[in-house]
Amino acid sequence: MLDNAERSGKDASTGPAGDLTSPAGTGAPAKRSRTSEKPPLGSRLRRDWQLLLMTVPAVGLLAVFHYIPTLGNVIAFQDYSPHVGIAESPWIGFANFQWLLTDQSFWDATLNTLTITAFQLVFYFPLPILLAILLDSVMNPRIRLFVQSIVYMPHFFSWVLVVTLFQQILGGAGLISQLLRANGYDGVDLMTDPDTFLLLVTAESVWKDAGWGTIIFLAALAAINPHLYEAAAVDGAGRWRRIWHITLPGLRPVIVLLLILRLGDALNVGFEQFFLQRDAVGREAAEVLDTFVYWRTLVTGEWSYGAAAGLVKGVVGLVLILVANKVAHRFGEQGIYKRS
Amino acid sequence: MSTRPAWEEAPSLPGRLAKGLTLSFIAFVVLFPIYIVVLTSLSPAHAVNEAGGLVVVPNGFSFAAYQELFSGGVVSRSVLVSLGITAVGTAVSLLCTVLAAYGLSRPGSLFQRPLLFMILLTFLFTPGMIPSYLMVKSLGLIDSYWSLILPGAINAFNLVVMRAFFMNIPEDVPDSARIDGASEFRILTRIILPMSKGVTAVIGLFYAVGYWNAFFNAILYINDNTKWPLQLVMRQYVQQGQSLTLGSAVDTSVGGALPPNLAIQMAIVVLALLPVLFVYPFVQKHFTKGVIIGAVKG
Repeated sequence: MLDNAERSGKDASTGPAGDLTSPAGTGAPAKRSRTSEKPPLGSRLRRDWQLLLMTVPAVGLLAVFHYIPTLGNVIAFQDYSPHVGIAESPWIGFANFQWLLTDQSFWDATLNTLTITAFQLVFYFPLPILLAILLDSVMNPRIRLFVQSIVYMPHFFSWVLVVTLFQQILGGAGLISQLLRANGYDGVDLMTDPDTFLLLVTAESVWKDAGWGTIIFLAALAAINPHLYEAAAVDGAGRWRRIWHITLPGLRPVIVLLLILRLGDALNVGFEQFFLQRDAVGREAAEVLDTFVYWRTLVTGEWSYGAAAGLVKGVVGLVLILVANKVAHRFGEQGIYKRS
Repeated sequence: MSTRPAWEEAPSLPGRLAKGLTLSFIAFVVLFPIYIVVLTSLSPAHAVNEAGGLVVVPNGFSFAAYQELFSGGVVSRSVLVSLGITAVGTAVSLLCTVLAAYGLSRPGSLFQRPLLFMILLTFLFTPGMIPSYLMVKSLGLIDSYWSLILPGAINAFNLVVMRAFFMNIPEDVPDSARIDGASEFRILTRIILPMSKGVTAVIGLFYAVGYWNAFFNAILYINDNTKWPLQLVMRQYVQQGQSLTLGSAVDTSVGGALPPNLAIQMAIVVLALLPVLFVYPFVQKHFTKGVIIGAVKG
């Protein structure tokens, strides 16, 4: 993206576009000799001030709600008290981090987070690929569009809604228990069972987002050269062999990229889904890093301690993303940003 | 079936059957929970009692649950809160995103690279829950509706998608307007935006859905439950099965201190569902037509 801007930027400075809106005279002396050097700052400012002004609201919001709060992470090195503020709170170095490393509940939350990521990598990740191949094989465009519209939809539902819908089906007062009771059996409550929690959250994620996840794979499928299929069919490859030897290799770059990015995001399993179910299922199974941070600060008031946990998660997450991106480049993929 | 190329073998009957069954099953799994929720919310009390809970087979029809919800009280208030936040939030987000996307779309403009870099960098890290909370608190926005709008108002991904779309418009188009002396704002509103209705609609939908579904920010920043949006009320009434006491007054419109009955609970779920179901078909065609795919490749 940045490369693109740079390239087209050079194109523009060679063309007449440069000084058309600047007041007469400013562009004239430097006239057509600007292929290698840019016009002076003053004239560019006079030309582009309206455009710069337009970026102010968005840049300002990002600065106030993204960049400045990032600096607020310094409270992780303090014994912060909301009553006295950052300036007056005592500095205690790495003490919070030392406590964190010896805190069993922090490690439990980390382990839960990583378990969920690993489980979903195996049981969630392949489903959008399979569904995309299935959808792509549907010849009738109306049926295809109809199914696509249905499976994309739950992506737009909130987690509260998804958890509520699951509760109506699988919960203690849900439809399955209702049917069991009507037939003389005991009801089941899968919404409060820590043993099946991993399955439950994965099922919820699949229901909500597996359909939406097909979009990127459908795009990759559309980009596969149809002549490859034809040639393979002429050579006698059947339906399944064509999927194995053409479709899957065609999807490989996207699969590798998404896999690596998911690994880079290993500590993020989402807050809301687990926050909503933590009380019902219990801390042992449902506490993840984000809910750990929330409870330790906003509920029990250990501000600096929670911020330290959040900072550890953020820094490890950043390192993972950078490493994952590096690996993506190594595999010859684009990654989330380009190497310059 | 007409698009099958000549070289491809005709699908076998079992194969077609298996595919049809799989697709029907998937559609059923998505639609069935929505169906029973809508049906139960529209069922009279005797139907819910006879079914022993959720209603699967239609058995009478009643708007009673909705009448009770809209007779005033916690739920109708939270619906208004959510609608207001969605409307104002989407307007703020879309305005800032469109302005910045256009402001950064002219090749070679001043400070474009550092500004774009600053925006893209927000992909890589988040400030963290606690520092964000302290920021909102220090601005005095706790228990203000603005705390649900401003912190997440700019989505860098949406901004980049929008910018990529603007950059695909040939440079001659805005340039000819610049020759005529039009201001950049005028070029944006009169020329660029009318050419970008699809992408604006989709990004507007993304923002609107985000605001309608907002839960995390409200949990963090809104302590006063008279200001709760619908998602929080839904959690309280439906997921946790508790009633809500506003201040000192018990809300009598939804069953007083008792947990609300099932039809009312399901009606709340339908209210949360409805705007999404209603808006979705209008915008859905844009993302099957490739706005998102272009964006992903972006």
